[in-house]
This record gives sequence, C-alpha cells and structure tokens, in this order.
Amino acid sequence: MAPVPSALSVTGLAKRYGSVQALRGVDLDVGEGELVGLLGPNGAGKSTLVKIAVGLVRPSSGTASIAGAPAGSGPARAALGYLAELFRFPGWYTAAEVLELHQRLAGSRGGAEERRRLLELVALADAADRRVDGMSKGMAQRLGLAQALVGEPKVLLLDEPTSALDPVGRRTVRMLLEEQRSRGVSVLLNSHLLSEVELVCDRVAILLGGEVVAAGTPAELSRPRGVELETDEGIRAVPGATREDAPRLVAEAVAAGRRVYGVRVLTSTLEDVYLEAVGGETD
Amino acid sequence: MGSVGVIVEYGFREAVRRKVFTVVIVLTAFFLFLFWLANHYVFGQLAKITPPPDVHVDTRTFAGAFLFGLALFATLFLGVVLAVFLTIGVVSGDAERGLLQPLVVRPVGRSTLLLSRFLGAAGVCVVYVLVVYFSAMLITGLTGSWWPDQVVWPGLELALAVVIVIALSLLGSVYISSTANGIAVFMLFGAGLVAGLLGTIGHALNSHAVKHASTIAAWALPFEALYQDALRMITEKASGLTGFLLQLGPFGGAYVHGWPIRIWSVAYLVVVGLVALHGFSRRDL
Repeated sequence: MAPVPSALSVTGLAKRYGSVQALRGVDLDVGEGELVGLLGPNGAGKSTLVKIAVGLVRPSSGTASIAGAPAGSGPARAALGYLAELFRFPGWYTAAEVLELHQRLAGSRGGAEERRRLLELVALADAADRRVDGMSKGMAQRLGLAQALVGEPKVLLLDEPTSALDPVGRRTVRMLLEEQRSRGVSVLLNSHLLSEVELVCDRVAILLGGEVVAAGTPAELSRPRGVELETDEGIRAVPGATREDAPRLVAEAVAAGRRVYGVRVLTSTLEDVYLEAVGGETD
Repeated sequence: MGSVGVIVEYGFREAVRRKVFTVVIVLTAFFLFLFWLANHYVFGQLAKITPPPDVHVDTRTFAGAFLFGLALFATLFLGVVLAVFLTIGVVSGDAERGLLQPLVVRPVGRSTLLLSRFLGAAGVCVVYVLVVYFSAMLITGLTGSWWPDQVVWPGLELALAVVIVIALSLLGSVYISSTANGIAVFMLFGAGLVAGLLGTIGHALNSHAVKHASTIAAWALPFEALYQDALRMITEKASGLTGFLLQLGPFGGAYVHGWPIRIWSVAYLVVVGLVALHGFSRRDL
C-alpha cells in the first residue's frame, strides 16, 4: 500500500531575494490532522515558506508539496485554504459576497448554507451584509479566516491569523483551529503569539535566518528546570532536579522536620525555548 | 469557462466601483456633443467656402474626412484611456494592495486569471470603441451628408488597436508598478502618434529616411499602424487634389496598411499575451 503523502511537505527549501537569503534548506512536514506552529522573529523566513507552499513564490531550490501535489499546481491549490499576513478584499464587497466569490473560484457547492456556517464560525453571522470597507481590522481578519475555510480544504496555511484580534477573537480562532484538527484538517500556523501556539499546536518549528533551529512537540522542546519545594521555611528551588527526584526531595524535607505544602516540577515554557533558540534576537 | 466568468465579473464590478465607467461616459458624452457642434458649424459654413477656381477640391469630402479623422483620433484616445484604467494595476497594483494573493491561490490559476482580466477589459473596450465610432459617424453623416468610404473596417481596426494597448498594459502590470505602467503605456501611445505624424511628413517631403523610421515604428507599435489604416480607409476612394491633400493632413492615410498589418497585429497580440502569461507565471507575489 502506498504511503499517505504528508499534508504539507517541504524539502531542502531555499529562497533568495537578490542579495537576501530568505530560506536556507528548510525541511518540514505537516501530517494529516496535525497542527504545526511556525515561530521566528521577523525576517526569519516564515512568510516566505508559507508563500512557497501556496504557490505565490517560486523557490530558488528544494521542493514543496501539498497533499502530494507540487506546490502551486492545480491539485495543490484545490486542497488548500490560505490566509495571507497582508491581504485585502475589495471594499465594496459584503462579507457574504467575498465568501461567494471564493466559493465560485474554489468550486465549492456549499452555497448559502456554507456561507452562513462559516460566518457563524468566525462570529460574523450578523455581518453577512456588511461591506468590507465598513469592517474593523479584526472583523476583516475573521472574514479572511472564513474565506480560507471555503470549500473545506484539507490543508490550512495561516499567516498571522490573529494579529489584529482581541483576546476573545483569539479564543474564537483557537477553538476553530482545534475543531478543524478534530476533523482531520492539517494546519500550518505562522504566529508571533507564543502562548497561542503553545496552547493549540501539536508540533512547533522555530525558524531563524532561514533555517529551522528547533523543532518538536512543545513537550520535547521544553527542558527540566529543577524542582520547587514550598515548606514552612519558604520556597526552595532545587536546580537540576527532575520529576523523578520529587518524591525523594519531599521525603528528605519531611525527614528533616519540615512541613511540605507543595512541590512543583519546573520546565521551560515555549517562550524560554524560543528565546534560547533565537538567541534573544528581537524584531 | 465558469472561472473566467467569475474573474470577468470581478473586474467589471471593480471598474464600476472605481467609477471608471462614469468618468469615461461623461467624457464621451462631452466629446460627442463638441463633435456635433463642430460638424454643425463646419457643414453650416461649407457653402461659403470657395476655393480658387483652378483648385478642384471637394469641400464636403475634405471637411467630412477631416472631422471624422479627428473623431477617429478621439475614439482611439478615449479607448486607450479606458483600457489603461481597466488594466493598469491588474497584477502589480493588486498584488501591492493584497487583493491578488487570495485569488491566485485558488484553483483558477494564474493564466486563467490574467486571460480573464484581458477578456473582460477587451470586451468592454471593443464595445465602447465601436459605440463611439458609429456615433461619430452618424453625427458626421446626418449633419453633413458625408459618409466614409469604408464603414465597418475602420471601427474594427480601432477596436483591435485598443485591444493591443490592453495587452501591452497587462504586460506592463506584470513587471512594473501601476504608476510606472500608466506612464509607460501613454508614452508608447504618444510615441506611436509621433511616428505616424513623422510618416506623413516623410511622405510630404519624400524623405526616405523619415518614411523608413515611421514604417519601423508602425510595425513595432501596430496600434498606431491600425489607426492609420483606419484613417486611410475612410477616404480610400478620394482621388485627385482632395485625396492628395487629405493624405498630407494630420488625419491622413496609412503607409503600412491592409491585411499584412492586421495579421501582424494579431500575431503581436498573441506574442505580447504569451510574454505576459509567462512573466506572470514566474512572478513572486
């Protein structure tokens, strides 16, 4: 039996813009129903990678494929939904008309029912007849997300989908992504919001200078940072200790006559991992 | 065909919203009114024009051909304005504004998208050019009782000339920004007109070098050659001194004309279209 192709597969991907090397041989796979986060400072090559995957940019070398089809080909485009970082819809279209346009271009037969469902999904059910030029940035971004979901794509590539959203909007998107994953949709999420990525992503890849400098599940990437004991003497940190050391440390404290109120195994957060990976490089 | 229709409709709605049609319709109505006024006064005064007895000029043909030649120029100019406004930013402009990317990633594909925008603009411009052309012809015919020697072909050649400008504008939009593209297309248009006038001067002076330069320009910019050929056809049966004088005027005849330039124009259109499609298929967005 032939192996099932990855939803998104990128091999040795490189891209040069004049004198700028945006990507330097990136390898990345997104499996079926997997939600992968792409992190990195501005200029790390995240958007370039996504643009190559959706066929907007040609790679200098390497390959990219969507559901087994070369990126940019008809079958690849038919399988994906995309939300660009900088996008705009014609201001004179209403939300429903934007979705209808994309339904027609994507060959979706969902009709009015699909439009209603998608607008409801992004909390724009009451704005179906509102024109795009009368929408806030957040509303336009949610409409962009609904547009990406037209035609029930197998793979979603989202470039900063929550950059203009308030906390409630971000939560809506998070729930939406989880729902998509539960339906077997693969998602590549390019975001600056580490907490968000940590909350929803199965795996994370951190790009720096066009290269993947760290990749894995959030659990794989995190490192033990010791154990913290809360006793009647106060809080005591034991650097280097692991989860396995916790019972022994508690027993030793009790044997020493201390009252133990709590014990906490410390691990690095995704933010710690990220800052370590990018060497404290900021935007 | 479904995707083509969707993109054509998209481009049409964009033009309506940007009031391109409103501006062009107002300008056209103003032009046709002025043109009727000119015809009214010129043909009203025709009886009072008395050439010297030894000069045998058909004043009605001269006035009609001159006025209608002017209308042909205005029709071409307005058609080019419409064409440029419809196509100036189809690729670069829309990409810069982020409008193009959501469309390009859809299964419709880049070639279909560009071809659809071309077909949409061409459809609108051809109808527009033919309407203005026949309106001007009716004004001259009904006001001055003068009709061109060829009725349909000049209009078709003008329409083809504008379609070539559309293709050039789309090609420009693949490679350069909207502003630069607009300037480039109007400079090409101006260069073509200058080359045409140069050809007329070259023939009047019988200068081989000037005629040769004009001929090269006519083949390089076939929309100009088609316009000249349209001018030639409206007075192709005029002979004698009347015909000679009309040939010398700014709205005189063509020196590269007929089927060779029509066939070349279609080939030129195909080549420009293929280069634009190739460029668009390789362009990073």
